[in-house]
Amino acid sequence: MSVEEIPHTVEPHPITGVYNGKFGIWLFLASEVMLFGALFSTLVLLRVGAPSWPQGSELLNVPLATLNTFVLIASSVTMVMSWASLKMDNFGRFKLYLGLTVLLAFVFLVIKYFEYTHKFHLGIFPSTNTFYATYFTMTGLHGLHVVGGIIVNLYLLFPGSKLWHTAPEQFANRIECAGLYWHFVDLVWIFLFPILYLL
Amino acid sequence: MAEHAHGDHGHHELPFWQKYVFSTDHKVIGIQYAVSALFFLLFGFCLMMMMRWQLAYPGQPMPWIGTLFSAVNMPEGIMVPEYYNQLGAMHGTIMVFLGVVPLAVGGFGNYVLPLQIGAPDMAFPKLNMASYWVFFVGGVIMLASFFVPEGAAQSGWTSYPPLAVIAPTGQTWWLWGMVALITSSLLGSVNFIVTTVQMRAEGLSFFRLPFFVWAQFVTAFLLLLAFPPLEAAGVMQLMDRIAGTSFFMPSGLVVTGQALDVSGGGSPLLWQHLFWFLAHPEVYVLILPAMGIVGEIVANNTRRPLWGYRTLIYSIVFLGFMSFIVWAHHMFMTGMGTTISTFFQATTMIISIPSVIILTAFALSLHGGSIRFSVPMLFCLAFIPMFAIGGLTGLPLGLTASDLHLHDTYYVIGHFHYVVAPGTIFALFAGIYYWFPKATGRMMNDVLGKLHFWTSLIFMNGVFMPMLFVGMAGVSRRLYDQTQYAYGAQVQGLTAMSSWSAWLLGLAQIFFIVNFFWSMKKGKKVESDNPWQATTLEWATPTPPPHGNFAVTPRVYRGPYEYSVPGASSDFIPQHASENGQVAQPEPEPEPTPTPADDD
Repeated sequence: MSVEEIPHTVEPHPITGVYNGKFGIWLFLASEVMLFGALFSTLVLLRVGAPSWPQGSELLNVPLATLNTFVLIASSVTMVMSWASLKMDNFGRFKLYLGLTVLLAFVFLVIKYFEYTHKFHLGIFPSTNTFYATYFTMTGLHGLHVVGGIIVNLYLLFPGSKLWHTAPEQFANRIECAGLYWHFVDLVWIFLFPILYLL
Repeated sequence: MAEHAHGDHGHHELPFWQKYVFSTDHKVIGIQYAVSALFFLLFGFCLMMMMRWQLAYPGQPMPWIGTLFSAVNMPEGIMVPEYYNQLGAMHGTIMVFLGVVPLAVGGFGNYVLPLQIGAPDMAFPKLNMASYWVFFVGGVIMLASFFVPEGAAQSGWTSYPPLAVIAPTGQTWWLWGMVALITSSLLGSVNFIVTTVQMRAEGLSFFRLPFFVWAQFVTAFLLLLAFPPLEAAGVMQLMDRIAGTSFFMPSGLVVTGQALDVSGGGSPLLWQHLFWFLAHPEVYVLILPAMGIVGEIVANNTRRPLWGYRTLIYSIVFLGFMSFIVWAHHMFMTGMGTTISTFFQATTMIISIPSVIILTAFALSLHGGSIRFSVPMLFCLAFIPMFAIGGLTGLPLGLTASDLHLHDTYYVIGHFHYVVAPGTIFALFAGIYYWFPKATGRMMNDVLGKLHFWTSLIFMNGVFMPMLFVGMAGVSRRLYDQTQYAYGAQVQGLTAMSSWSAWLLGLAQIFFIVNFFWSMKKGKKVESDNPWQATTLEWATPTPPPHGNFAVTPRVYRGPYEYSVPGASSDFIPQHASENGQVAQPEPEPEPTPTPADDD
């Protein structure tokens, strides 16, 4: 009895209409909304309370950030395509699209790296003023979320993908959950970009 | 009985470390949480007992124990103020984040909730394991912080900046520890909500759930949504300390005569808002599971249904919701303005209504019941008036005018300790006495239990009642030596009384510790799987429940508290008793070959 595996449920619950993993990831994202919500509120509060606040577009590199926005949106699209490929039973195409998602995430980080190091060369650090403090903290935390997504997606792309051959539906569900997380990371950036760079 | 049927095959198939250390079984994880939390409760209590010496006998060397500490912290046995501050900050942190919450949510929630909803395990067993081990890491970081240069965090459990930002290294450790604890509770709360919604047994609708499950369910939402803002605040305070940012550092700050070299422009009040946005819901995280435990035990020991079951549920849901919009009543003295204060004063008065409803419902449940004065019931009976004192003493703090005088005094300490110590902790003790037979197959000793109860009840009041008066005399809660002020010296006798009560309370816990370990090995064996004649599903499992919990997948036919139903043949009808059968559905036969009857 004690070694008997408790079976994994892939079926949606009859009442809620979602399977356990999907429900769990939505709850996790709700808490993430609260996390970033607190940071956005901080930004609003500090900005409203400050005697003067710099215009983001004058200090930050808008063209690079615009490019990055498109990179992340593209990666969200490829993420959906990878899940759809699984649903169409095309494992090869799934690998291609998930690989592209990871690649685009790396491109995002590389561009971010150039933005950061450029600032450091100019002698600008988080301690320079509260504007840069919020800029570095929020984009840094977002960057950590991107790194987290890369780790999860790399796992699902290589060692984790073995599950496809034994439990295809469970594996597709995992990709869906990873996708939901990835869209959230994308969405956070969609908010960060105008609030930090444009306003 | 069923123990033998399932124990023989399978006991030795999982290696020790997988079965007891890195286990994914919710019951093992629950026990891991509970044991760690009990250790931390004792540890946090010891810190406080040391502080009580300094408070009762300021500047006098501590007998015997004082000599064990380094000359830095306690030269010649006399506690230095910095060390006193460390003990104070860590007492609060450990009791709340490493003691009560892990015991109430991680311990009881993990062990009991899946059993009560008839599930084989939590929805995400591996996540559950991760949640415990992240909590463990957080605890180790907190304990280790005592050994870093200049010691542990010393800015209070609230860690208000700018003081916390310029404090020694211990504060950074505190922040990393908190990040781990927050992550752990996040993983746990996701698991609890999904489990409750998705894994209920057939027929177990939301309005047939035991009150305990509802309490845990609401608590999980509070943990899920209230903790992340503190995590954000913790990240920002870390940035302030490590990267030199000024999220919480105002411009023009002067420390010991020197202007601080930071860019400034930050807001210390911002921390308080973010902190209390967590920490007020946290109060309800402390109390709701306790109320859940009390509900279960009151119904079981009065042998009648909980009074106003639905009202109780609506009340805790409302309580959970309201707890998100009362946080700034901790900040009336910060000068945030009368408009905001008035708003939070109003919400604070509103939130007291559901609390009163819940207590009233418990009290009314007693009326006309045939009460069994078992040890768990004694603790619950004490919970009701003790929590009432805690709640009622909170009202003057929620009103801005009276808060002006009482804010930050020992009155506040007395108030919230009445809620948490003889309130929540009594309920947790009740829970341990109540579910111990399910987890171990043995009852706890009754005589030791009663000794533990009566001594604890007396000394708890001896500790906290004087504090209310000391606070009303004006003594600040963080004072190292109140005798240096005339108004403090006047009430020094009461403070000494608190201290003596605290040490005696510590001695009283020996009854519990002895009982706990003795009963595990030598306690009276339970004669059935349901020693308390209870109705809820956790008693339908074999004792102790095996991995996977239920011998037959349970099906629920009725509400949670069908005690003393008129016309029934016994005074309780279990939830899994079918509509036709008047008594419980037959258990699966203990023989290895169960009868092939279908489960109707």
